[in-house]
Amino acid sequence: MKKSTTLASVLLAVAVLATTAEARSIKWARSGDSLTMDPHAQNEGPTATLAHQIYEPLVTRAVNGDLIPTLAVSWRVLPTDATIWEFTLRPNVKFHNGNAFNADDVVFSINRARSAESDYKGLWASVESVTKINDLTVHIKTKGPNPLLIQNATNTFIMDKEWAESNKVVKVQDYKNKEETYAVRNTNGTGAFILVSREGDVRTVLKRNDNYWGKGTVPLEVTEVIYMPIKADATRLASLLAGEVDIVQDVPVQDIPRLKTQQNLRVVEGPENRTIFLGMDVVSSELKGSDATGKNPLANKKVRQAMSIAINRDAIQRVVMRGQSRPTGTIAPPFISGYTKEMGALPKFDVARAKAMLAEAGYPNGFSTTMHCPNDRYVNDEGICQAVVGMLGAAGVKVNLVSHSKSLHFPMIQKNPPETQFYLLGWGVPTYDSDYIFSFLYHTRQGSRGGWNASRYSNAELDKQIQSLAEETDLAKRGASVAAIWKLLQDETIYIPIHDQMIAYGMKNDITVPVHPDNTIWIKNIAVRRP
Amino acid sequence: MLAYIFRSVVHGVLVMLAVAFIAFSMFRFVGDPVSNMTGQEATLQDRAELRERLGLDQPFPLQFLNYIGSMLQGDFGMSYRQARPVAALLAERLPATLELAILSALLAAIVGVALGVYTATRRDGWLSHLIMSLSLVGVSLPTFLIGIGLIYIFGVQLQWLPFPGRGDVVKLGWWSTGLLTDRGRLALVMPVITLSLFQMTLIMRLVRAEMLEAMRTDYIRFARARGLPESRVQYRHALRNTMIPVVTITGLQFGSVIAFAIVTETVFQWPGLGALFVNAVQYADFPVMATYLMFVALVFVVVNLLTDFVYLALDPRLRGGSRVPK
Amino acid sequence: MKDSPVANPLAAAPVYSSALVRAWDSDLGWSFRSSPVAIVSATVALLMILATLAAPLIAPQNPFDSATLNLMDGFTRPGESGIGSQRVFPLGSDEQGRDVLSAILFGSRTSLIIGFVSVLFSMGLGVFLGLVAGYIGGHAGVLIMRVADVQLSFPAILVALLVFGVARGLIPPAVQEKMTLLVMIVAIGLSNWAQYARTVRALTLVEKSKDYVAAAQLIGISPIPLMLRHILPNVLGPVLVIATINLALAILEEATLSFLGVGMPLTQPSLGTLIRFGQQFLFSGEWWILFFPATTLVILALAINLLGDWLRDALNPKLQ
Repeated sequence: MKKSTTLASVLLAVAVLATTAEARSIKWARSGDSLTMDPHAQNEGPTATLAHQIYEPLVTRAVNGDLIPTLAVSWRVLPTDATIWEFTLRPNVKFHNGNAFNADDVVFSINRARSAESDYKGLWASVESVTKINDLTVHIKTKGPNPLLIQNATNTFIMDKEWAESNKVVKVQDYKNKEETYAVRNTNGTGAFILVSREGDVRTVLKRNDNYWGKGTVPLEVTEVIYMPIKADATRLASLLAGEVDIVQDVPVQDIPRLKTQQNLRVVEGPENRTIFLGMDVVSSELKGSDATGKNPLANKKVRQAMSIAINRDAIQRVVMRGQSRPTGTIAPPFISGYTKEMGALPKFDVARAKAMLAEAGYPNGFSTTMHCPNDRYVNDEGICQAVVGMLGAAGVKVNLVSHSKSLHFPMIQKNPPETQFYLLGWGVPTYDSDYIFSFLYHTRQGSRGGWNASRYSNAELDKQIQSLAEETDLAKRGASVAAIWKLLQDETIYIPIHDQMIAYGMKNDITVPVHPDNTIWIKNIAVRRP
Repeated sequence: MLAYIFRSVVHGVLVMLAVAFIAFSMFRFVGDPVSNMTGQEATLQDRAELRERLGLDQPFPLQFLNYIGSMLQGDFGMSYRQARPVAALLAERLPATLELAILSALLAAIVGVALGVYTATRRDGWLSHLIMSLSLVGVSLPTFLIGIGLIYIFGVQLQWLPFPGRGDVVKLGWWSTGLLTDRGRLALVMPVITLSLFQMTLIMRLVRAEMLEAMRTDYIRFARARGLPESRVQYRHALRNTMIPVVTITGLQFGSVIAFAIVTETVFQWPGLGALFVNAVQYADFPVMATYLMFVALVFVVVNLLTDFVYLALDPRLRGGSRVPK
Repeated sequence: MKDSPVANPLAAAPVYSSALVRAWDSDLGWSFRSSPVAIVSATVALLMILATLAAPLIAPQNPFDSATLNLMDGFTRPGESGIGSQRVFPLGSDEQGRDVLSAILFGSRTSLIIGFVSVLFSMGLGVFLGLVAGYIGGHAGVLIMRVADVQLSFPAILVALLVFGVARGLIPPAVQEKMTLLVMIVAIGLSNWAQYARTVRALTLVEKSKDYVAAAQLIGISPIPLMLRHILPNVLGPVLVIATINLALAILEEATLSFLGVGMPLTQPSLGTLIRFGQQFLFSGEWWILFFPATTLVILALAINLLGDWLRDALNPKLQ
């Protein structure tokens, strides 16, 4: 008894020493600010990334794509009923205010994420009901068998039911009620950091949660996080150079070489779960604004393939992206299931052949068209578009470039009927599965599918196959279907892929943060190198 | 006189309505906020529902009337971007911009007047010519380049001044100020200099021109003839009379300073109204955009009104009810 | 000067040059000739204007015809030749392989066109309204002055932004890009007319009380010809001074609008657009993409400002 007490106190002393000795504050800068502290209100980059420090989902995705048990320790489809997913929850977890975490919170949170005003409801569209079985077990029933539902759970955060009820934030902000809800600037999560203060567009301060359930499994060395949005690129970079911030999450590609020459800084690069490609109207009978009157050249597969081989993706990588991109031959990012090396193989760059193909297709002198491009969303989006314009011009396709904000660009694609016939788009796949791409980019636009399919491509047979994927429980059979679908779509060249985007983080060299394909940082994983 | 006041106020209100109308009609062309507020998986249905909740599906005249109506009741709407009441956001950001603008105006006025007087009284010295040439450069360089240049020299290379943002800020009730802490004061230096440069140059040239003209007038000649010391002639007589037009124009330009702050605030990540507006435009956050434009309009309407009243006090002709011989 | 004993060598020249001779011999001409600053800045400004007007002829490359670009030429240092096309880039090339020198020539051209035409626009509008307000007066005059007052304190940038926004709504998207030049001219022109109106009105009021105007009225000359042919020449002096200063301001205003992103697009850029585009390379080592356009803008604005200063000092009777 005495021995164990001594041991215990020694261990305690060491633990206390360890945690107090490395009091390290991290200043984290990024171009955009988190929009709200309500974890279900805005499904977008900076908001979700900051939320990952405070709140936690049932499972998290590791850098290599594996699913890590977080608030759920195990999950399975019930062998007796293929429509029910059973989640076993982690015991002895507490929210920041001391409340215990249990199945009630999970049921509440998922229902909140499914509610009409939540921005995450698309991920839970197949769910019929969520039920608590006991304090640590939850059943999620889907409308039909959904073997991949677990892939959708990586970004849905779990809130405390009692806290939400007592602070009247059971519902997500609906904008009709003209008041700010408590959850916009206040939080109560299970994560490694606790919100201390929130000033929008200035700084959000978090402090370490010393009662975090994961203590011991992660370094947890950072004691304070100060998240600072810095919009102007030059200012953000200057802050890193001056030592005013510890990590910059979005370093512009042209500044990477300079950062690499700094002794006290480090640059970490990695692929992002996002592909950049060109979309075209492959169906309409006329291409507006083109000199090919009465025709739509883009509806001709040969024309599309010609345009694809007229683009020198390697040159774009080398010059425009400064090496920071991975040219690809498919719009599927390489980490998702269904991707094969053959799909990703680059079409050979050949301007002469492109011109010949255009002539074969009936356009010996090429044709003219308008292209729409966002200028504030993807890395060097405007530069990519200009390079593409130049290359297509060399092949005879004269492009009139319209470059505008994403606030104007995305609505053009989303409207029904779409308002653009040739556009640049980037696409990420949070579920790491080909079905997600098929549903949004290739399926006919109807109901909840095809929302981003401005190519107007509509193949009823294909639609049926895509729909069947969601419910196919035989994974081998499913894989074969996916491969067959890709074969068809790659040949059709509905989209012209350009490259997979890469991201670069700049940081002080006493910390290392790996680049996660979802561009998320978990501060709890940062280990500080002692001098 | 009452008629004059009444007419001025009515003009002010009309101007604000006109600005509101033009601003509102422009919003459609900034983009679609619904597309920014919904994630990648949102369906057409989801967006239509959100559009309806925000009231954006109504015809434009109805939206405009709704906006004016709620504004008159003190409700400036909710920011689409941050889900917070716009009035609260404005109140939070106002101190940052006002502190920056007022300090810049003061710096511009003090240095501008001083340099203007110097270059007027020592017209042919080499220092005068140097100052005049440098001032031209100050006017010819875009503000953001000056800002980035200052950051690079004093922030990165020399590391004398902190950036970005306001440094350490102290809250006094509703107001927040950076003047009470060391870091806050240091953080003010670069943005204030950047913002004041343009103003400073204009004031300097104005003072110089006015003073040169004043020095040629008869009463100055007589003062010299009387044997008054030159400095007294320059400062007590010439300078005094040039200050009236200088003060008027500086005051009227205050609205410009607030507008110019947009660029400065973006470069220095200064959490003021200008930065709020820029973020709002990028997001198509209509309530914030509309309220910001109304605020700027209010500032210059108020300044105009104050100027009118000052003229009223100074010019007896206006009080008699006769036609304004402006 | 005028009664110099030395014979004027140009006296034998034909009649059409007599206006030039008179100008050269006038007080203004003497003031110009004796001010080295004025001569230098005028020369610089003139050279730049000529260079930009001839841009399509003298530029080594048309950087806005995308078919002539070679992406592999991108980021060539000044004086070196591009990897792709082996062409020499005297001032370097930018991200897309565009020759910076050519870009500056074409960009300055756009900037100067916008500057000049917008100044002509504001001058025309402002002078006309000022004449009307001063000579005819009445309710119209009061209204005009009221609007002018309001506009003078409203920041020019915001006025231009508002005009831009309205234009974006009225013009169909297909032709929007091509119309940007016109919209910029109108926007900047509309934001600057008030100063002319105010000055001209004040001067017109002074002229109105003079005898020659009364005489003209007695003869029966109607208001508009009277304003234009008789009063206008006498108020033009200060107007020209304002115009020169405004030219520099207009060019800078355009640069700021382009920097904010609402100005000329990259396919038909002005100096402001080039600067906006170049600032992302500030820290990355390709300094020439920002440095040369920025320097050009500063020199241009400086030259025009100096000319304006000299003009104002020279025309101001009180300073002589």
